[in-house]
Amino acid sequence: MTTPPQSFLELRDLRIHFPTEDGLVKSVDGLSFKLDRGKTLGIVGESGSGKSVTSLGILGLHKGGGAKISGEIWLDGEELVTADQDHVRTLRGKKMAMIFQDPLSSMHPYYSVGAQIIEAYRIHHKVSKAVARKHAIDLLGRVGIPQPDKRVDDYPHQFSGGMRQRAMIAMSLSCDPELLIADEPTTALDVTVQAQILDLMTDLQREFNSALIIITHDLGVVAELSDDILVMYGGKCIEYGSAEDIFYRPEHPYTWGLLGSMPRLDREPTERLLPIKGTPPSLINVPSGCAFNPRCTFTDRTEGRSTSEVPELAETEGGHLVRCHMSREERRSIWDNEIKPMMEST
Amino acid sequence: MPGSDPPGHPGRTIVVAFIVRRVIAAVLMLAVVSAATFAIFFLIPRALGQTPEGMASRYVGRDATPEAIQGAVKRMHLDDPILVQYGRFAQGIVAGQDYSLGPKKAECPAPCFGFSFNNNQPVWPTLLDRLPATLSLAFGAAIVWLISGVGIGVISALRRGTLLDRTAMTVALAGVSLPIYFTGLVSLSVFAYTLGIFPGGGSYTPITQNPVMWFQALILPWITLAFLYAALYARLTRAGMLETMSEDYIRTARAKGLKESTVVVKHALRATLTPILTIFGLDLGLLLGGAVLTESTFSIQGIGKLVIDAIRGNDLPVVLGVTLFAAFFIVLANLIVDILYAVVDPRVRLS
Amino acid sequence: MRKINVLTLAAMGTTLALGLAACGGTAGGGGNATTGSGASGAAASTAKYNDGYTKVVNPSDAKGGTLKFALTDEPDSVDPGNTYYAWNWDFTRLYARPLMTYAAEPGDAGLKLVPDLAEGAGEASADGLTWTYKLKKGIKYDDGTEVKAADVKYAVARSNFTDELTDGPKYFAQYLDADGYKGPYKDKNLDDFKGVETPDDYTVVFKLKHPFAEFDFLVANPQTAPVPQAKDTGVDYEKTVASTGPFKFESYEVGKQLNLVRNTNWDQATDTTRKQLPDRIEVQYKQNAEDIDSRLIAGQIQVDLGGTGVQSAARAKIVGDPKLKDSTDNPFTPFNRYAMMSTQVKPFDNIECRKAVQYATDKVATQAPWGGPLGGEIGTTAMTPTTVGYKAFDLFPNGADHTGDLAKAKESLAACGQPNGFATNIAVRGDRTKEVQVAEAMQASLDRVGIKLTIKKYPSGDWSAQYAGKPDFVHKNNLGIMVAGWGSDWPSGFGFLSQIVDGRFIKPSGNYNMMELNDKSVNDLLDKGIQTTDATARNEIWAEVDKKVMESAAFLPFVYEKTLIFRPSNLTNVYVHPAYGMYDYTWLGVQQ
Repeated sequence: MTTPPQSFLELRDLRIHFPTEDGLVKSVDGLSFKLDRGKTLGIVGESGSGKSVTSLGILGLHKGGGAKISGEIWLDGEELVTADQDHVRTLRGKKMAMIFQDPLSSMHPYYSVGAQIIEAYRIHHKVSKAVARKHAIDLLGRVGIPQPDKRVDDYPHQFSGGMRQRAMIAMSLSCDPELLIADEPTTALDVTVQAQILDLMTDLQREFNSALIIITHDLGVVAELSDDILVMYGGKCIEYGSAEDIFYRPEHPYTWGLLGSMPRLDREPTERLLPIKGTPPSLINVPSGCAFNPRCTFTDRTEGRSTSEVPELAETEGGHLVRCHMSREERRSIWDNEIKPMMEST
Repeated sequence: MPGSDPPGHPGRTIVVAFIVRRVIAAVLMLAVVSAATFAIFFLIPRALGQTPEGMASRYVGRDATPEAIQGAVKRMHLDDPILVQYGRFAQGIVAGQDYSLGPKKAECPAPCFGFSFNNNQPVWPTLLDRLPATLSLAFGAAIVWLISGVGIGVISALRRGTLLDRTAMTVALAGVSLPIYFTGLVSLSVFAYTLGIFPGGGSYTPITQNPVMWFQALILPWITLAFLYAALYARLTRAGMLETMSEDYIRTARAKGLKESTVVVKHALRATLTPILTIFGLDLGLLLGGAVLTESTFSIQGIGKLVIDAIRGNDLPVVLGVTLFAAFFIVLANLIVDILYAVVDPRVRLS
Repeated sequence: MRKINVLTLAAMGTTLALGLAACGGTAGGGGNATTGSGASGAAASTAKYNDGYTKVVNPSDAKGGTLKFALTDEPDSVDPGNTYYAWNWDFTRLYARPLMTYAAEPGDAGLKLVPDLAEGAGEASADGLTWTYKLKKGIKYDDGTEVKAADVKYAVARSNFTDELTDGPKYFAQYLDADGYKGPYKDKNLDDFKGVETPDDYTVVFKLKHPFAEFDFLVANPQTAPVPQAKDTGVDYEKTVASTGPFKFESYEVGKQLNLVRNTNWDQATDTTRKQLPDRIEVQYKQNAEDIDSRLIAGQIQVDLGGTGVQSAARAKIVGDPKLKDSTDNPFTPFNRYAMMSTQVKPFDNIECRKAVQYATDKVATQAPWGGPLGGEIGTTAMTPTTVGYKAFDLFPNGADHTGDLAKAKESLAACGQPNGFATNIAVRGDRTKEVQVAEAMQASLDRVGIKLTIKKYPSGDWSAQYAGKPDFVHKNNLGIMVAGWGSDWPSGFGFLSQIVDGRFIKPSGNYNMMELNDKSVNDLLDKGIQTTDATARNEIWAEVDKKVMESAAFLPFVYEKTLIFRPSNLTNVYVHPAYGMYDYTWLGVQQ
C-alpha cells in the first residue's frame, strides 16, 4: 500500500479472480494504468480478455459475487478496493458511471426510460420527482432525442437502438460523473449512428471534463477518440501507449492482428489482412510462457522463451509499453518491413 | 416496430382496447364452456345409448317404480330433443325456472342451474352458500403462500448454495411431493388431536358467526394448502430470481449506485414476480373453483367438497353448476391476470 | 329365538349371554362417572371389546351435554317419509315416532316389535286384508298440537303416492289397496285415498290387496310417523319436520349440519323405547372419513352416524392396541355379501356345475377383502344371523377351514359333464374395490379345479339398470357369476328374501334375483309365509325358504358383513341395536 497517486484514476496491479468448480478464472491478472481528467483511454481486446471485468471492477460491482480482488484502484485520491462498499456505492452513478453495451437488455423493461433516469438522479440528489423529471427531459434533449418531453414516458422497447443508446448515455450522465466508462457503446449500431454516438460522447466529455474509458474489441472505434490505448489479452495488458504509438508504431503481434482486422472503407468488411488465428486463451489454464504464444506467428524469433517464460511489460520508449519476448529492434523491423507494407499495399 | 409508433401517449387507449377485447373473449369462453359441459353431461350419455329413463333414474331414489321414473322424465323434460333441453338449461341460467317440490311449485330464480339429484336443493344458492368457505380458504392460503413462498424463494436465491438455501429447497421439495391428504391428516393428528392447539376437522365456522373461531379453524387448512403452493412458489421465485439477478439491467441498477435492497425489491423482484403473477392468478382461479383436497381433508363445506361429493354421487346438476362456476372463476382470473400483466409489463400491451 | 341368540353370541366370541339382563341398564359398564374432561375417547372406560353388542355400556341416566354425530355423506333427506338409509331410520326415531318400532334391547330381543305411536300391535282381520292400529292418546307434536290418525294417513299418502318424494321405499303403494289414487299433491282431498281409513282420530286402518302377515314390520318404517297435512311442504318438509320424538329441529342446513334440541312436548310416559339424555344433538354431514375416526378416538365427537365402522387406517391402529380395541364393537350389519350364479347361463343351467363352484370357492380368500373376521363372518346361508327366522346350516361344506373341498368340486364337475372345468365370466361393480378383490379371489380359487373366470367390470351406477340387473344383458354377455350384496329393509326372512329369490320378481331391468331362480316351491312358500299370522310358524317357513334357495346351489354366500364401530368413553348408555346393526341412537347420552 502506497501513497495516493497524482492521476485522477490509477490502477495498480489489479487482479480479479473468480473461483469456479473448474478452477480459478484469472479474468484480470495484474493490470495497471493511469488516467487523468479530460483524457480518454481506449481498452481494446477480444471478448474474454478481461476488459469488461476491469470496468466492472473499477465500479466495485464484483464485490459479493465471490470474486477475489487484489491490487489498488485509486479514484481521485481514494482507494476503492479496500474502501467501505457502501461508500463505493455512493460513488457509483455519481462520481463514476458506466454506459453498458446492449441497452435493450441493460435497461429495465418494466420502467419507462424517464423513470430510470429519474431514479438514477434521485439516488444522489434529494430532489422531488418533478425536478428530477425535468432534469431527465433536459438530458434526453441533450443526447439528441427529439421531443424528449414526450419520449420520457416511453419504455425502452419503444425506442430504436440508437435512441436507446442515447437514453443510456443520458442516464449515465445524469449525475455529471467524473469518470465515465463506456463498454462497447456502439456495437449494436450501424455505422452512421456509431459515429453520432461517439461524437456525442466526446462532446459531453469535453463539456464535463470527465475521464473517459472506452472499452471495445474494435480498434477503429477508439482510433480518433482516445488519448491512450491499452490492449488487453488474457487478463493482462500486452501493449500500452498513446494512440499514435498504437496506430503508427505498434510493437506487439497481437496489436498488429487487431489493426489488420479493422474494418476499412476501402476493403470488403469480411476481408482480413492479418487474421489472428486460433481462439482466445483459457483463463484457467493459461498457456505457459507468453499467453499469446499459441496464436503468435513469430515464436521462432524468441529464442525459445515464448513457451517457457512470461514476458515482462517493458517500456520501449516514451511511455509506450509492450509485453513481448522479441527484441525492440526485431519488433520494429517486422512492423516496418513486413506488416506495414502489407497493410498499405491494397 | 420499436420506435415506429408515433410519439405521444398510446398507453391508455391501448390498455382500454385490450381490456375490452379480453372481456368479450371471456364471455364467449363462458358460453362455449356452458355448451361443452352440457354436452358432456347430457349429449354424450344420450349418444352412448343412455335413455331418458336412465337419466331420470338418477333423480329418483333406490328401487324407484317405473311410474316414478316416468314422472321424473316428464318433470325434467328429459324426453325433449337435446337442443330444446339445452335451450331450457340456458334459459334457466338467464331467466330462472319453476320446479315442483310437492304441494306447491318452487321458484328457481336466475341464474338457475336446476336442483341437486341427491338432496333436491337448488344448485345456485348452494354454490353461493359454499362460496365463502372456499374464498376464506383460498385467499387466506394465497396470502400465506405468497408471503412465505416468495420470501423463501428470494432469500434462497440471494443466499444461493448456503445451508439455508439447501434446507429451504429440501423442505420445498417435500412440500411439492407430499399430498395434501397426508399433510392435512398428520397436521390434524398432531396439532388438533394430540397437542390440542387448533380445533379439529369440521370446525370451520363462517366469519360472520364467529371471527375468532373462523380464524382458528382455518389456520391448519391454510398452512396445509399453502405448504404445497409455498413450496412451488419458493422454487419458482428462486429460479426466477437467480435468472433475473444475472440480467444486465440489474447490473445497470447497481451501477447507478442503488442500494442492494432496492435492487432486489424494485428491480429484480418486479421482473421475477411478473410470470409468477400469471401462475398465481390461475392457481387462485382454480382454487376458487374448489380446493378439493383441502376441503375434503378438513371437512370444510366449500365448492371443492361440494363438487367432489357431487361427482361421487353422480349429481349432474351440481357438477354442471360447479363446472360453470369454476370456469367462470378461471376465466375471470385469466382476465384479471391478462390485464394486470398488461399493466405490469408494458411490452405486452402492443402484442 | 333363544337358539339364535346363543349362536349369535357364540359367533361374536363372547362368553356370557348377558344380553337380556343388560337392557335394563343394570349390568356392565359400572357407573362410569369418572373424568369430566372428555379429552380422550378411549382411556377411561372399563368396557371390553364387543361389550356393546350384548349389553348397555356406560349405563347412565345423566342428562345434559351435546351429543355429536358426524357422517361422511349426507342423508337423502332427513324427512322420515323420504329416506332409505338404515342409519337414518335409526336416527329419525329421535324426532319421528312410527306406529311400531323395535324393542330397545341388544341381542335378538331387539328384533321384536313394540308399539310406539300405536297402543298395541296391529290387529289383522280374519281375511288378513285389514290391519287396525289404535293410537295412544295425548301424543303431541313439538308445537303442542295433538297427533291425529289423519296425520298418519297423510304421512303414508305423501311418502308413497307422490312423484316428488322419491327417496323412500314404496311398500305401502305396493301393498295397500289404493289403485287410481293420485297422491296428496295432485289430489288435495285425503278422503280419495282409500288405502288407509281413519274412522276416528285415534284409529288407523290399512286396507291391503293381499294378506301380509308382517305388516307390523312395514309400519315400523318411519313413513308412518305422522305429518300434519297443513305443514307439508313436500321435498322441503325436511327443513321443518314436525317432531313427535324426544328431540326437535333447532336448525338444519341441508348437506351441512342438523341441530336438534329437547322436545318439551315429548312425554317419556308414552314412550318405552327412547330416552332424552343430551340437551343438544349436533350432526355434521360430509365429513372426512379418516378424520371422523380421529375425532372419535380423540373424543371430540361421539358417533359416526353412518354406522359403517372405522376406515382401514383406524382399523389397523385399533387392532394393534388392546385398549382401543376395548372401545369397539363388532356387530353384524343387515348385509349378506354373496355371488349369484345365473341359472340361465351355460353351464350354470346345470346344478352340478353350480355345486362345483360352491365346493371349490375358498371362502377365507373371499372373506379377506371385507377385512377378515372383523369385516364379516363366513356365510353359508342366504339369510343373515340377525334376520328373524335365521337358522344355521351348510349344504356345501367346503372343507373344515372353508378353503374349499376340491375333491367334491371335481365330482360335481364330472357330474356336470365338464370334468376338466370350463370358462365363464364373473361380473363385478368395477368401482367397488372390495368386490373386485372378491372376484379375483374367486378367480384364483376356481382355477384350482379348472374353472376359468374372466372378470367383467361394470359401473355401479347402472349396475342394476343396465348390467347385472338386466337378464337380457346377462344372457348375451354370458355373465355366469355376479358379485352382489343385499340388506333387508326389515329383519325378517320375507323382508330379506322376497326381492332376491322370488321368481315372480325377475324384472327385465333392475332385477335383484340375478340367479333367475324361479322355483315354484320357493314362490309358494313365500306366499304361504306372508299369510301365516303365527310368528313362530312363519319364521319356520323363512328358514325353509332359505334352505330351498341354498339347495339350488345358485346362491353363493361369502360373508355376513360386520363392522368395527368405535365407542368413545364419553358416550353413555350405548348398545348395538340388532335391527340396525349400529348403536341405538335414541338411547345415547354424553358424559359431561
